This record gives sequence, C-alpha cells and structure tokens, in this order.
Amino acid sequence: MSDVLTVNKLKAYYIMNYFGTKREVRAVDNVSLTIRKNEIYGIAGESSSGKTSLIKVFAAAMRPPFEIVDGDIKFDFGDVKIDPYAEDKSKVDALRWSHFSYIMQGSMSVLNPVRKIGKTFEDFALKPMGVSKAEFIPLVIEHLKKLKLSPDILNSYPHELSGGMCQRVTIALATVCRPKFIIADEPTTALDVVVQKEVLSMIRGIQQEMGSSVVFVTHDMSVHANITDRIGIFYAGRLVEEGPTKLMFEQPKHPYTYHLVSSIPRIGDTQRRTSLEGKPPSLATPPNGCRFHPRCPIATDKCSQENPELVDVGEGRRVACFHSDKVKPLLEAAQ
Amino acid sequence: MFKVFSDLMRYNIEFAIGFFLFLFVFIFGALSFFSPVDPTQIYMLVPDIKPNAQYWFGTNSRGQDLFWQMTFAVRNSLLFGFTVAMMSRVLSLVIGLVSGYAGGWADRILMFVNDIFVSIPVFPILVLFFFVLRDDLTTLNLAILVALLGWAFDARLIRSMMLSLKHREFTQHAIFSGMPMHKIVLKEHLPYIMPIVFSTALANMIWSIGIEVTLAVLGFANISIPTFGTMLYWANNHSAMIAGIWWWILIPVVFIAMTFLGLYLLSVSLNEYIDPRQRLRRMGGGS
Amino acid sequence: MINYLLFAAKRFLQLVAVVFSGVSVAFFVSHLSPIDPVEAAIRRSTRNSNVNPEAVEKMRETLTALYGVDVPMWQQFTNFWSKVVVGDFGPSLLSFPTPTMDLVLRALPWTVGLLLVTVLGTWCIGNFLGAFAGYFQNNKYLKAFGIVTMSIQPIPYYIVAFLTLILLAFIWPILPLGGGYAIGLVQEWSWVFVLSVMKHAILPILSLILVGLGLWFLGMRALVSNIISEDYVVFAELAGVSKPKIVISYVMRNALVPQLTALAMAIGGIFSGTIITEQVFSYPGLGSLLVRAVNSGDYTLVLAVSSVAVAAVAVAIFIVDLLHPLLDPRIKVE
Ligand SMILES: Nc1ncnc2c1ncn2[C@@H]1O[C@H](COP(=O)(O)OP(=O)(O)OP(=O)(O)O)[C@@H](O)[C@H]1O
Ligand SMILES: [Mg+2]
Repeated sequence: MSDVLTVNKLKAYYIMNYFGTKREVRAVDNVSLTIRKNEIYGIAGESSSGKTSLIKVFAAAMRPPFEIVDGDIKFDFGDVKIDPYAEDKSKVDALRWSHFSYIMQGSMSVLNPVRKIGKTFEDFALKPMGVSKAEFIPLVIEHLKKLKLSPDILNSYPHELSGGMCQRVTIALATVCRPKFIIADEPTTALDVVVQKEVLSMIRGIQQEMGSSVVFVTHDMSVHANITDRIGIFYAGRLVEEGPTKLMFEQPKHPYTYHLVSSIPRIGDTQRRTSLEGKPPSLATPPNGCRFHPRCPIATDKCSQENPELVDVGEGRRVACFHSDKVKPLLEAAQ
Repeated sequence: MFKVFSDLMRYNIEFAIGFFLFLFVFIFGALSFFSPVDPTQIYMLVPDIKPNAQYWFGTNSRGQDLFWQMTFAVRNSLLFGFTVAMMSRVLSLVIGLVSGYAGGWADRILMFVNDIFVSIPVFPILVLFFFVLRDDLTTLNLAILVALLGWAFDARLIRSMMLSLKHREFTQHAIFSGMPMHKIVLKEHLPYIMPIVFSTALANMIWSIGIEVTLAVLGFANISIPTFGTMLYWANNHSAMIAGIWWWILIPVVFIAMTFLGLYLLSVSLNEYIDPRQRLRRMGGGS
Repeated sequence: MINYLLFAAKRFLQLVAVVFSGVSVAFFVSHLSPIDPVEAAIRRSTRNSNVNPEAVEKMRETLTALYGVDVPMWQQFTNFWSKVVVGDFGPSLLSFPTPTMDLVLRALPWTVGLLLVTVLGTWCIGNFLGAFAGYFQNNKYLKAFGIVTMSIQPIPYYIVAFLTLILLAFIWPILPLGGGYAIGLVQEWSWVFVLSVMKHAILPILSLILVGLGLWFLGMRALVSNIISEDYVVFAELAGVSKPKIVISYVMRNALVPQLTALAMAIGGIFSGTIITEQVFSYPGLGSLLVRAVNSGDYTLVLAVSSVAVAAVAVAIFIVDLLHPLLDPRIKVE
C-alpha cells in the first residue's frame, strides 16, 4: 500500500445550539480521497468552502461544535496503522509530531507570545525526536539553516520576528521531527511573492529529502501550479474534482475548476477575466442538486435536482459534473 | 430588546436568578411608597419586639418597625447606587470617547489623570471629605463625590473600545463618504459602546452601594435617613448583637446580600452576553 | 537593562506625581475644614479644669505657631510640604503632643502585614484555582467552588468581616473578638507574643481572603477559558505537548499578564477593604487609627493617615508595575 491517508465518505458538521436555535454547518460533506506516499496533495477552493475544516479532521484537531457525522478515516504510516477517531486519544497524541504534524492557518498567532522560540521548539519536538537536550539544539539549528533562519531566533520572542520569519519558524517546527505526513493550511498566504517563492521551494526541498507526504491548502491556484503533484478542488464542502496538477490545469473538467484555472493571470494573455457571479452558498442551507448550479453558466434542470456523484474519468482523475466531457465547448458557447 | 431578555431568561440561569433577586428587592423597596410610618421617627412602638405576625421583621431598640424601615433602606440605597452609576457613566463615557477619539495630547493628559484616579484609594479620601463636610455631606453630595471618584476604570475600557472601533473598516468607509465625525461616533459607534456602558453601570452600582454601606456603618454619612449602612450603624450603636436583638442585624444583612448578589449576577451574565467569545463557547457546549 | 532602568525611572516619576497630587488634594480638603485645630486643641485640654485665661492665650499662640495656620494658604501649603518630605505632619491632637507620624508608623506595620498576606495569598490561590477551573471546565468541585466564591465576592468587606466575627468569635467563640494581640502582652519578639499576634490575625485575614479570592478566581477562570481557544494553545495541543506544560507555560503564563494589570488596578480597593476590616476587628492598623482620628476631630492625624494611605497604595502599584515587563516581553520598556 502506498496510501498514507484514506478517507471514505466523510461527513463532518458544525452542530450548534444556542438559545434554542439549532444550526448545522455542513463543512465537509461526503468526501472520499486518498493521500499517497511522497506526494504533495493540494486542496483548493474559495474562502469558507471547508478546506480548513477538512484538514482539521485529518489532524485530529476537531473541537466541539465540530463533529464527524459519518464516514471513516485511516492513517497508514508504515510502522503504525491507526483510525484516529476509533482509538484512544492518548495513542493519537503519541503520534503527533513524530508521525504527523499540522501547520495551522494564521502563523502570526500560533506561537506563544510570552515564550522564547527555542523553548517552544523544546516543548514541541524534544520528546518526539527522542534525543538528549545536548544533541537536540544542534539538530534544530541545522534544520533552521535549511529554512534560511539564523540560530539567533531561538532566543527571540515571536513579536520580535517578521511575519515571514514566523511563518518559516512554524514550518520548521512542523518539519523538524521529520514526520511522514505534514498538513499545511495556507502556510504562505501572509507572505509577499518573493518570500513565498522561497518558502515554497523550501517546503518542496524538505518534502523530497524526507520522502513525506504533504497536504497543502491554499486558495491561490498559482501556488498549486508551482508545488503540488495532485489537486482536489473543493466547493461548498464537497470535493468536485481531483487529479494530477498538470492535467487539471491543462483541461479542467468541472466548470468551477475551469473558472479557477482561467482566473490565473498569464503573461501575453489578452482574454478578459470573467469573475464568478453570485455568492458562495451558505453551508447551513446549501442549494439542492449540484451545489455549484446557481452560479454555473452551463447548468441545466438536471443540475438543480440531482447531485452529481464524483466519478472516475480515467488518467487518475475524478470529477462531479454531469457535463464533464464537454465543459470547455459549453462554457465557450455560454460566453 | 425583549427578545434578548427572554432569551437570557430562558437559557442563562445566572441571569434568571439575578433578575428575580433584584426584582424582589426592587419591589420591596417600592413598598416604601405605601409606608404608613415616617422612617425618621423614633420610639413610635414598643422596642425590641421579635418578628411576629403583626411586625414581620420585629421592631428595633429605637422603637421602629423594621419592615417599613427596611423598605426605605432598600429604596434609598438603590437610589444612591443608581444616581452614582448614572453620573459616573456620563463621566466615563465622555472622557473615554474624547480620549479614544482625539488621541495625541488630549488622550495623554486624560489618561494621566485617569491613572491618578485609578490609583487613589477611594475610602480614605471619602473619610477625609466626611471629616471636613460633616453635616454638609448629604446623600446627594456623597453620591456626587463617589461618582467623581468612580469613573476611571470604565473610561479606560471605553477608550480602548473606541480605539479599536476607530480603526475598523466601516469607520474608514464612513469617513470617506464624508460623514462628519460626531455623527460617526453617535450613529455608528455608540451602539457598540452602549452595552458596555450598561453592564458597567450594574458593576458600578454594586461598588457604590458597597461604599455607602461601609461609610454609613462607621457613622461617616448622614445617619438620619435609613439605608443599608445606617441600619447596621444603629444596630451596632445599640449593641444589638450583644443585647440579643439578632433580627436587627440579620435582616439588613440578608437584604444586602440579596441585592449585591442579584446585581452581580445580572452584570456577569450581561457581560457574557456582550462578549461574543464567551457566547461562542456557550454555543459550542451545546447547552 | 538600561531600557528597564529608564522604564523604572519613568514609572517612578509617575509615582511621585500621583503621591504629590493625592497628598495635595488631601491637604486642601482638610484645610477647608470648619474645625480650627487650635481651638479644638484648647477645648480638649481645658475641658475638665479651669485654666486661667492668660494661660489659654499663651497656649493659643504656641499652637497657632505650631500648626502654622497664621499665614496665607499657599504659604501653609509650602510649609506643609517642606515638613512632609521629611516625614513631619505635626503633632497629633488625639494624643498631644505625640507627632502624628509616630502614631502612623506604629499602625502601618499592622496594615501592611495584613495587606501583604491577604493580597499575595488571594492572588496566588485564586489564580491557581481559577486556571484549573478554566481549563477543566467540567470538574464538579471547581464548579461548586466557583458558585460559592461567586456568591461571596460581591458582598461588601464590612458585611463579610462582620459575619465571620459573629460566627467564629461570638456564636462559636474559638477566636479572639478583636485587637492585634492579647491585652496585657508587651510588644516583643517572644513566642507568646508572636503566637498571640497570629491568633488575632486569623479572623481579619480569613474575612479578607473570603472576599478577595473571588476576584482572582473568577477573573482567571474567565481569562483561561478564552485563552484555551487561542491559536498558540491549540497548536501546542495539536503538537502533543504535555497537559501540565500547556496549563502552566501556555495558558496560565499568558493569563498572568492581565491578572497583574488587574492587581495594580485593584490595590486601591483592597486597601480600602483592609482598613474597614481592621475597624471591625479593632485591629491596631491604619484603618482603626483613621476612624479614631475622625471621631475625635484630630485633623493632622486624618490628614497624615490619608496621605500615607495614598502613598502606600501608589508604592504598591509602582512595585507591581515594575514586575510587568518581566512577565510580558511585549511591553516596550523604553
Ligand atoms: N468553529 C466553528 N464554528 C462554527 N462554524 C464554523 C467554525 N469554523 C468554521 N465554521 C464554518 O465552516 C465553514 C467552513 O469553514 P473553513 O474554515 O473550513 O473554510 P476555509 O475553506 O478554510 O476558508 P478560508 O479560505 O477562509 O480559510 C464556514 O462556513 C465557517 O463559517
Ligand atoms: Mg481555512
């Protein structure tokens, strides 16, 4: 088996009950996917499509009111196989950082403001690495060098670092134990383009050196084009298309993917960018049928009644659209 | 407004308890308007009668019916707290808003004054005033003094609130759309600040009634009108505990405890209602 | 380091400003008093005997010179300050001619002792319990404790002191009714005396702790229940950092910063509470002295006690403020 993570028909909702009114946000709705060994899997989708929610499930980082409603999820790290929600919590905790790590969204606030970075490294990584303190420091310093961070930062507080440095410190924290599975939520969003490029190539470098798998979340398609091997496109809590990055960019099979891909500016491109009309659907009261149909230029009656299943279309691709075989001509005709 | 109230009553037990305690005390105080006796008259009745069917709370050593005495005490103390709270709210609102808005030197000076007020111990200063004014220290004068000493904490709170509102996007929009500043403050910002003013008003009432109790118990207030504090003052003055007139002490203590607890629970639950983070947590608990 | 010293110096200037304005206010307020200190002193010493008018006149002159009330107000003010800076508030009326400062200094250690024990005690215990109550929100005992403190906390100091007195010294008389030590003992460093002091301190300390604990407990609990959803705490939990380390170094450590600010803000109120509690237990501190001074119309003593109170609170706040940058690295100390 070469799959690190297998997710099957996963449903996870935010179930809230406040002052008598019940609200259900279906942030992850019937998602099945696998993450392979030694690949970077990208997750794309607009804001509040449920990207963070999905990987919170992966990282066993769920808090009330977020609950798994249905489906299952399995890790296979080679030496350990585990279903994080069936096993005892302490067993999962023992695997954190040594086997899988999670870079949370918003790196500016994930570091303890009153603790020196060096101390934080000790708290996080000393035990999973299983080395003595004397061996530990040189290892950390060596690792920091790979991310172009000076050893001095171990003696600083988070507020003394720039946003980009904090970002890299967080990445360093999550990779220093060389885990097999790394989950990264928008790790480059706060950075300017030059730094972003640098950090991306560092992540790529570290991933290849360690042979780990990375789940990389960002809404920025050009970042996906640069770094990922495969992409899963999310819309309103559902996976609508998945496949190798190159093919996805060359010939998208879902109108939403088509929109995302064509919205990346390219040099020499004179075509006018069309922006998507309408608002993203509310996850508390999603539309019937295909959730994209109210905004889809090629939607038919069928789309508003039936929900398209995610089906295999060959070349390692899956797509959930009734018109997947002729998306391009239909869209061009609609314009 | 009514929706908020009924939600709080239904789903927040602290609020419900606080509300009923306060309502009870409030109605009790309102009974004073129907009192058949003048609370300042003494030796009208046989002194030291235990609570019985005729005199529910008994009488004290000064020959007063403690029931009616208590109604006046509740009314006067609540009124005192309310007056102080209103006056000091005006002060802290104005100073907080000006300081937060103007910034620069005005802010620095106001906050320097604020620091001084925060760090001055209120009690010795009030005793000093009593020492000087004696009989001129009427209840109203005392209320004014306490209000003058009690605005600083909340002015700081309102200022910091103002500062964060000032930098919000909608403020910038309003500025660009040419809305004059005073209008932005009154129309856009006041709705955010008023809930805080309201919940701090309750906290301030607790604080100021507490001060009145303390001063009056020591006799450092106008002891001729009945309040929570002066009732205890007279009980001590006649050594009620040692003389075995326990009800003279117990009854005011119970009423004081009910009033304070009621106000406190109201202010805590309103605070929670106002602070969205705490609300979210309650939501998450699925209660 | 140099930055820290500069910060301390700046805070010290602020301290001086607060003390100066506070004491000056006290001066002006007390000098508006309709009580003429000279006449009051004469009335006291001639109350029980017939003194001949010449002697009274002589006394009046001496006293007027002593109190310095024969010069204009601004001059009285400068004279007052030139004496105060060397700790001289003039003689007390209450126990003429003892200097007021002697009386204040005799009372001060009692109050400071009471304040130190209760503030440190309530702050530490309250924060510690509060942190655990905030982190383990479903613990039965901590919940019950929260409800109890919540119902005691809003009740005025005076009432709580009074109730503990009635309960533990009157109805169930296991502790002394009042005073700083047993009557008849000499103040000295002997076991008997120290034990007596401790025994007499139990009730005042207990009642101060009962009221004071709630403030820190409830404050900490609220802070912690917010902090546990901060990103840095969640991140540490997701990294499998051990529970005790998270509670202490991540949650509690961050909550201590605002709790220290709260301490600085609360000292004034706690001080007021302390002097009231003293009065209830006839504890020989500043509070009892102040009440005695007011009741006997001793105006220099009232002024001296208020001034020392203002200064003492300001110094306490100053000390707490100096600790602040040590606890919070984000504070700029320049
Ligand atoms: N703690 C929560 N309680 C209730 N609802 C939540 C919570 N967190 C997220 N949601 C809701 O779940 C939906 C998905 O949110 P999520 O954070 O997964 O989006 P996202 O795709 O990561 O967006 P972004 O790109 O902005 O990070 C949103 O509608 C959001 O309102
Ligand atoms: Mg997200």
